Amino acid sequence: MAEYKPIKKVVSGNYAAAYAAKDARVQVVAAYPITPQTSIIEKIAEFIADGEANIQYVPVESEHSAMAACIGASAAGARAFTATSAQGLALMHEMLHWASGARLPIVMVDVNRAMAPPWSVWDDQTDSLAQRDTGWMQFYAENNQEVYDGVLMAFKVAETVNVPAMVIESAFILSHTYDVVEMIPQELVDEFLPPREPLYDLANFEKPFSVGALATPADYYEFRYKLAKAHEEAKKVIREVGREFGERFGRDYSRMIETYRTDDADFVFLGMGSLMGTVKQAVDLLREEGYRVGAAKVLWFRPFPGEELYELAKGVEGIAVLDRNFSFGQEGILFNEAKGVLYNTKARPLMKNYIVGLGGRDFTVSDVRKIAENMKAIIEKGELDVEVDWYHLKR
Amino acid sequence: MEIPENVKKRLSIPAEEHFYAGHTACQGCGASLGLRYVLKAYGKRTIFAIPACCSTIITGAWPYSTLDANLFHTAFETTGAVISGIEAALKARGIKVKGEDGVMIIGWAGDGGTADIGLQALSGFLERGHDAVYIMYDNEAYMNTGIQRSSSTPYGAWTTNTPGGKKHFLEKRHKKKVIDIVIAHEIPYAATASVAYPEDFIKKLKKAQKTPGPSFIQLFAPCPTGWRSPTDKSIELARLAVQTAYFPLFEYENGKYRINMPNPKNEPKPIEEFLKFQGRFKYMTREDVEVLQQWVNHEWEKLKKLAEVFG
Ligand SMILES: Cc1ncc(C[n+]2csc(CCOP(=O)(O)OP(=O)(O)O)c2C)c(N)n1
Ligand code: SF4
Repeated sequence: MAEYKPIKKVVSGNYAAAYAAKDARVQVVAAYPITPQTSIIEKIAEFIADGEANIQYVPVESEHSAMAACIGASAAGARAFTATSAQGLALMHEMLHWASGARLPIVMVDVNRAMAPPWSVWDDQTDSLAQRDTGWMQFYAENNQEVYDGVLMAFKVAETVNVPAMVIESAFILSHTYDVVEMIPQELVDEFLPPREPLYDLANFEKPFSVGALATPADYYEFRYKLAKAHEEAKKVIREVGREFGERFGRDYSRMIETYRTDDADFVFLGMGSLMGTVKQAVDLLREEGYRVGAAKVLWFRPFPGEELYELAKGVEGIAVLDRNFSFGQEGILFNEAKGVLYNTKARPLMKNYIVGLGGRDFTVSDVRKIAENMKAIIEKGELDVEVDWYHLKR
Repeated sequence: MEIPENVKKRLSIPAEEHFYAGHTACQGCGASLGLRYVLKAYGKRTIFAIPACCSTIITGAWPYSTLDANLFHTAFETTGAVISGIEAALKARGIKVKGEDGVMIIGWAGDGGTADIGLQALSGFLERGHDAVYIMYDNEAYMNTGIQRSSSTPYGAWTTNTPGGKKHFLEKRHKKKVIDIVIAHEIPYAATASVAYPEDFIKKLKKAQKTPGPSFIQLFAPCPTGWRSPTDKSIELARLAVQTAYFPLFEYENGKYRINMPNPKNEPKPIEEFLKFQGRFKYMTREDVEVLQQWVNHEWEKLKKLAEVFG
């Protein structure tokens, strides 16, 4: 094994995604532009134009076709990649089911963007979370480094369990903000991520087969079960791949929920994506002020790391769930999931849902402090004021 | 059944079968014949992409397949995009596509999946110039969902969402000329074909195979179930569609039009000839038949002009 000397580059989250796709040696990219994802596919096109990557690039006429073309490419044995945001992801919805149902390990980057109307190009996780039940795995990156690492790991996990994966970064906060990213030399990426060995290959004519044919009630159910099992299996694979990544490159992803100063915490903030950077910084300040708080970041939302959440919940009195998303008629999606996971366990900390940052509304350290004060008060009283708090509302 | 070599030599289309018996098409189904001919022309080194349509069913439910070739079932509107992706993958893997010894990638879709919901993906596929063949089998309605109109349904035809009633029928729009839309993309090869003329169809398939870039064939494929016609009349109806110039056979090759009617000297028969045996036309009045005839005349004259000017 060659020695790992990272290549440091100052890049946007989008460029981090593009570099990762190139380093993963993707063979087919089919994509359609949408703000704020566009610079991912532009950068990949540049790599091709400069001869830095050998990729078949299909400039399709819509996101629906982007995913359909990736599906065709993946079914024909290639490593396929695309990227999109919000309306584009919604347009792909039907094909997302097709990719997972046909067990194709496509990797896609979604740049979280709020859904219209009203038009908004800013951050909001509802676009990707609305794809929760499509059978795709979902990895939420906190920073540009995690975008890069996430794409590489996603391919490895996806190709091991034959389930597609989404790597999700936030609009502008990551997609267009430059930061130092440690990239991995090509030969080391190649060792970590060898060429794909497809589950089936449309270009193999030895024994003709068909994919996706009609399944009667006698068989359809088992197809679903197998996909469900693949997600279960994926949890193990994710942890192993994350550990291997850590051993090779020094950044450990062996846990699906990253915890920060949670060991002796009275209560923790639970959330996903870029806002957790702000939360961690706030935790440090709050600790100095005597709050015993910690942060827990859900890296992989699908499959959902229920066991790790349970371990966390056992040790705390309260969980403030920060949702940059909303399921209308109910509550924040992570909150909903987290409560659901804990229902049949003995861990029942007070859980409160804070809806924050929708449509790019700024979420700052002082917001975290206010939430901490509120959480402290609730815990002292032993009961919730409200369960779902639209935190930023102009009252 | 083994076909003796001397008989094989006399056959004008390949004897080999790659479309298995036991498929689930209705009796007299034109689409299933079409699939059989495609496989005769291209053999088993073929990858099919088939969207939602009757052919999804015809080709067999899991775990069976009636095709001696690989088949990817895909979403209704995605044929053009999926074959684009398959082609890109094979190119990325260095696998030869199209031509005598290349893998054939076939999009096989109905008129609904082509003229309506799949038109965008078809256009993208054509415009980008992928090396694959798109075959639209035209049975002039959505048969798989129980006979609803498509934009390829002709004027005056009954369908379940354009029913005939006490007052009149509802389908008052003329058949969309998908092939014209395709040709507007100026692709290297496009043609119409009919299951009543398999030699012509196979010749066109072979031409599509040899021509680099995207090819498109619109195949006329009667559907006795949807047309309310006797199951033993499908070939006759397909032949009459050509003979009446309702569905003329022609090719568009590198900018040139060539009409290939079986008897070029014959004037087209009146449209009534084609309308007979078909329950779907029973609501038409004399005037309606005249409206349809006018449309056929107009389109036929247009085609002849094109062949004259761009022949
Ligand atoms: C997005 C979507 N909408 C609707 C359907 C339902 N559907 C399945 S097949 C079909 C009609 C197919 O018609 P056509 O393409 O003409 O082929 P045919 O059935 O006549 O062979 C429809 C509407 C679908 N599968 N997907
Ligand atoms: S409904 Fe028509 S197109 Fe469909 S299988 Fe039957 S005959 Fe063929």
